[in-house]
Amino acid sequence: MDENLFYWQAVNIALDRAMEEDPDVFVMGEDVGLYGGTYRATENLMAKYGELRVRDTPISENSFTGLGVGAAMTGLRPLIEIMTLNFALLALDSIVNLAAKIPFMSGGQFPVPLTIRMPGGVAKQLGAQHSQRLEHTLMNVPGLRIAVPFTPQDAYGQLRQAIRSNDPIIVLEHDLLYFSKGAVDLDAQAPPMHRAIVRRAGTDITCAAYSLMVAEALAAAETLKESGISMEVIDLRSLSPIDWKCLQQSVEKTHHMIIAEEDSGFAGAGAELAATVQERCFYSLDAPVSRVAGMNIPIPFNAALESAAIPHAADIVVAAKKMLLERSQTS
Amino acid sequence: MDHERLQGFLYDMLLARAFEERAAQEYTQGHIAGFLHLYPGEEAVAVGSIRAAEPSDYIVSTYREHVHALIRDIEPKKIMAELYGKSTGVSRGMGGSMHLFDKERRFMGGYAIVGETFPIAAGIGYSILYRHLPEVVLCYFGDGAVNQGTFHESLNMAALWKLPVLFICENNHYQIGTEIHRHSAVVDVYKRAASYAIPAEQVDGMDVEQVYAHTHSALDRIRAGGGPYLLEFQTYRYRGHSMADPGAYRPPAEVRAFGGQDPILLATRELARHNPPSKSAQASDPAMDVIQQHIDKGFAAGHWQQEDVATMKAQIQQILDEAVAFAQSSPSLSMDDAVYLANQNHAHEVLF
Ligand SMILES: Cc1ncc(C[n+]2csc(CCOP(=O)(O)OP(=O)(O)O)c2C)c(N)n1
Ligand SMILES: [Mg+2]
Repeated sequence: MDENLFYWQAVNIALDRAMEEDPDVFVMGEDVGLYGGTYRATENLMAKYGELRVRDTPISENSFTGLGVGAAMTGLRPLIEIMTLNFALLALDSIVNLAAKIPFMSGGQFPVPLTIRMPGGVAKQLGAQHSQRLEHTLMNVPGLRIAVPFTPQDAYGQLRQAIRSNDPIIVLEHDLLYFSKGAVDLDAQAPPMHRAIVRRAGTDITCAAYSLMVAEALAAAETLKESGISMEVIDLRSLSPIDWKCLQQSVEKTHHMIIAEEDSGFAGAGAELAATVQERCFYSLDAPVSRVAGMNIPIPFNAALESAAIPHAADIVVAAKKMLLERSQTS
Repeated sequence: MDHERLQGFLYDMLLARAFEERAAQEYTQGHIAGFLHLYPGEEAVAVGSIRAAEPSDYIVSTYREHVHALIRDIEPKKIMAELYGKSTGVSRGMGGSMHLFDKERRFMGGYAIVGETFPIAAGIGYSILYRHLPEVVLCYFGDGAVNQGTFHESLNMAALWKLPVLFICENNHYQIGTEIHRHSAVVDVYKRAASYAIPAEQVDGMDVEQVYAHTHSALDRIRAGGGPYLLEFQTYRYRGHSMADPGAYRPPAEVRAFGGQDPILLATRELARHNPPSKSAQASDPAMDVIQQHIDKGFAAGHWQQEDVATMKAQIQQILDEAVAFAQSSPSLSMDDAVYLANQNHAHEVLF
């Protein structure tokens, strides 16, 4: 049964159901309890499950994340909320050196069934310290899996999958998605966590995007349609591992590919996507893969500059037209 | 303290010392490589504290953890094989010297990033609390680790939520080459626990009986629901920080002075309490000689000790020979093993 839900509600219901289903699931983070979470994602959970299972923490990101690792090693399924991704920098030791390494270094004796949720991305004038993405930082760590749900349906489904999995998994949510709305079927069989989904079919060019950028890509596709250009939009849904097959199939059909990412392009997620797609599909491509990405500067506070530092639908439109035009001129 | 327990301690410490010296030898001969942090001088801490724990308790240790693993009754050959990076190692060869793990014995790992044992121990403590079990986590760390943020963050959470964690500082007075008064404004580590309202004591870590007694009562207290506790054991390492460190920064007189407090010497002396030693107990030269001298002194103290200690030494020699032979003859690892391990925990999942 479909319900029209806010993204934050989908997260909230996912947590509620996961906790109901499995008494080993607990939630921990700053202001997740009494306060209900900065984006309301943990609202009412403390009242329902008590303090042991919904724990407000001191501002000690590295240690409460590491605490989650220790709890996971002893069979619990912690859901750690880091208030925003920017603060996860203080927890990188627990994420990178503990969660991602222990299952391997222990020779498989200690799985770490830990899920870490965090909002990130450029919101509205939060300043350079509160506007980071850092996907690449986490993607470069073997042993971590990264889900980037765009729709409320995925926010629900992928979070449930992450909590059930025995691997450490990062769920990156976008600040600006919490109050987006979408149909959610709570009982639907979710697609596998890392499968990419074609959100809009097209024939001339492929645009791969994730998280909030999928919205920009879809808007761009609508605009391009007016110019007779049919753009396929792929929602990656996951940044580690990546569903290369889906990308490959699309590129073999459209022969053109654009990657849209909010993060700064330099050494970012798009660099990995472009390199691998070119390795895999070089002979299917009619043009070099192009990246539409954030500028390589700290995100400015000034509203106009902030907006100009990250890609929008119009930038994707320009990039798509340029790529197709160049092709038609050379052929 | 009963005779059998004292004898057990002596055996444990002799095994610990001999294992580490053998590891050093294997390293020098090029059979094992990487970082190798050895424990001679500090044996009383691991032996006294781990022998005071129950099998249902958890151990979280650092990169200097071979002896903690040995005393937790992990087979010496499995530890040696791990140092060799073989598939028969306790961490299947994937951890190495600094990352010993044994699920069955609740040996929750050696951690190589200074300060990581605190949050891991807090998390295990959280699991224990969650399940209302009469278990405790023994969390080891060095004097250098207390200036890491995780020490303060984790002690705060442990106190706040009354987590059953026994924090055990192995204060050997050095963080590699930096002596404690040069790295800490407060050199009495136990005093820092007061900031978090965690009861704490400073104990002579060269005396295995004291280590045992204080650990035992701290564990009882925690098990009874008293919340976390901190023990600072004053100890000393005889060797350099690791095999790569000749330890030239320490004055020879200091090393000699602590050699005179050799925990093995002290335990042997306790066994020999009623009989005067046959030789002078002077702590003259480097630590190893001191120990040997005083073990000999123990032999002379009574016939049963002499027999027992001789038997112990022979047994240990044989165990270590076997451990090395086992490690050397164990099959090597293949990349398939590594890839299999990296994917093991989601092997049942459909990813795409
Ligand atoms: C976070 C971090 N910083 C630095 C190091 C390098 N390092 C390894 S051991 C060590 C000294 C630690 O001293 P202490 O905690 O007293 O333990 P000990 O070696 O004396 O047992 C240092 C600086 C490290 N492993 N991790
Ligand atoms: Mg030290």
